[in-house]
Amino acid sequence: MTSEATRTPGGFDELPHLISLMTGDEKHSPAANSTLDALWVLYDRVLKVGPATVDAPDRDRFLLSKGHGPMAYYAVLAAKGFFPVELLPSFGSYDSPLGHHPDRLLVPGAEIGSGSLGHGLPLAVGTALGLRAQGLHAPAVWVLIGDAEFDEGSNHEAVAFAGAYGLERLHAVVIDNSSATHGWNGGIAARFAGEGWSTATVDGRDHEELYRAYTAPHPGRPHVVVARTEPKFG
Amino acid sequence: MTTQEFTMRDQFALTTAELLDQDPRTALVLADIGAAQFPEAASAHPDRVVNVGIREQLLIGVAGGLALTGMRPIAHTFASFLIERPFEQVKLDLNHQGVGAVLVSAAGSYDWPAGGRTHMAPGDVALLDTLPDWHVHVPGHPAEADLLLRHAVAAGDSLQYVRLSVQQNREARPIVPGRFLTVREGARGVVLAVGPMLDAVLEATETLDVTVLYAATVRPFDAAGLRAAIGGRADVVLVEPYLAGTSEREAHRALEQLPHRVLGLGVPVAEHRHYGSLPEHLAAYGLDAAHLHARIAAFLW
Repeated sequence: MTSEATRTPGGFDELPHLISLMTGDEKHSPAANSTLDALWVLYDRVLKVGPATVDAPDRDRFLLSKGHGPMAYYAVLAAKGFFPVELLPSFGSYDSPLGHHPDRLLVPGAEIGSGSLGHGLPLAVGTALGLRAQGLHAPAVWVLIGDAEFDEGSNHEAVAFAGAYGLERLHAVVIDNSSATHGWNGGIAARFAGEGWSTATVDGRDHEELYRAYTAPHPGRPHVVVARTEPKFG
Repeated sequence: MTTQEFTMRDQFALTTAELLDQDPRTALVLADIGAAQFPEAASAHPDRVVNVGIREQLLIGVAGGLALTGMRPIAHTFASFLIERPFEQVKLDLNHQGVGAVLVSAAGSYDWPAGGRTHMAPGDVALLDTLPDWHVHVPGHPAEADLLLRHAVAAGDSLQYVRLSVQQNREARPIVPGRFLTVREGARGVVLAVGPMLDAVLEATETLDVTVLYAATVRPFDAAGLRAAIGGRADVVLVEPYLAGTSEREAHRALEQLPHRVLGLGVPVAEHRHYGSLPEHLAAYGLDAAHLHARIAAFLW
């Protein structure tokens, strides 16, 4: 939440410690860290959702599509009070709600279960349509995907449709750490722009740049922020 | 099988338009196929009738997203593109997210024989059997389709599949969703006819002393209904308008306390590389009345 009254005590500097409480996911740890800044700025300054409003019909929705490497996500949710920090060391264990891919039925604050790539953006399109059909025009729908995840064709179905439909309340963040095997000749933003989206490409480590890109007006169009980070940051 | 003018898909258009008018929770999602049937509903409810174009992964993803916001999505296209092509979306965007939807298919098995294999999905019900919590309805008449669609949409946030076909029975039966209906009683076994197979089964068994049960809902399987129909002989023939043997496991489970035999008839798993007409395909699959009579009689006598 943006207001001081609802801000929880955890800060950005606390996140590395929170991440260190989770172990056993070495394979995914670079991906986890590439999302950290983008996630933090969203939850700290942009999204109108908090622990008290996880079921509110008019909350903003954040859908983590790139479910690989969810440690940064869990750390941010814990820092913002969606669940106790004490849960973090249970990461990946049998009775833990915190798996190596998130499950919305287990993780307080998680809007979707993800892991298989290419499901978040289509679900976000449906979520934006559902809010609009119910006259809920204020909530924003955000979805985070990765540049390699963008290989999945289901994303392209969603990007083309959302652009043509002018789904203004839909927002995507693409974490681009150059991990797509064949790259994206001409850049990822061009794929969205070609379908009528508003786009911004920023340094995915620069909080002010992220914030400005997140909050840029985009009347009548969905909006994508391509957050570039160092390749496969460890 | 008769070829009435009015099809289950015609009924689907009427019923769905009415449900959209009545219930603001409902939303219809299409992927071009069927879109021409909903011009008035689309203009009356532009936010709740969504055609995503020829994008079936998105079709199911959008249904899942709508349900996440509390709506009751109805998604429709041919079974090949509703269940088979986006099967992982069915598994993850619906089941795994813990949300419900009503999926309504057409052209499941052999509705368009001249269209060939690309437009046939006889394995749709068997695929859904690999996922939990699906309710599967196979109406045999437009009036049954109407009743089952209303039931499916009204059934909370559950997962419902309604399988429409051009093949239909001459008359609608007084079905109760989820329950098998006894159409004829006999002593030498039970023949369970699913949806549009009923007329052929009745014709095939006219001279046989068997009980004929009718199923317009196959999942959950009405095990109690089957057990109640068993007389002295626990011999059961299943006649299904999709992959042969799809409900065999359910029948075995229903009868696990009894010595019993089950014969599963339906569409063979082998690809049938012929075009032509629906009657030609039913005959080739052994699902016309003459073949059914011979196969049922050979099994029960």
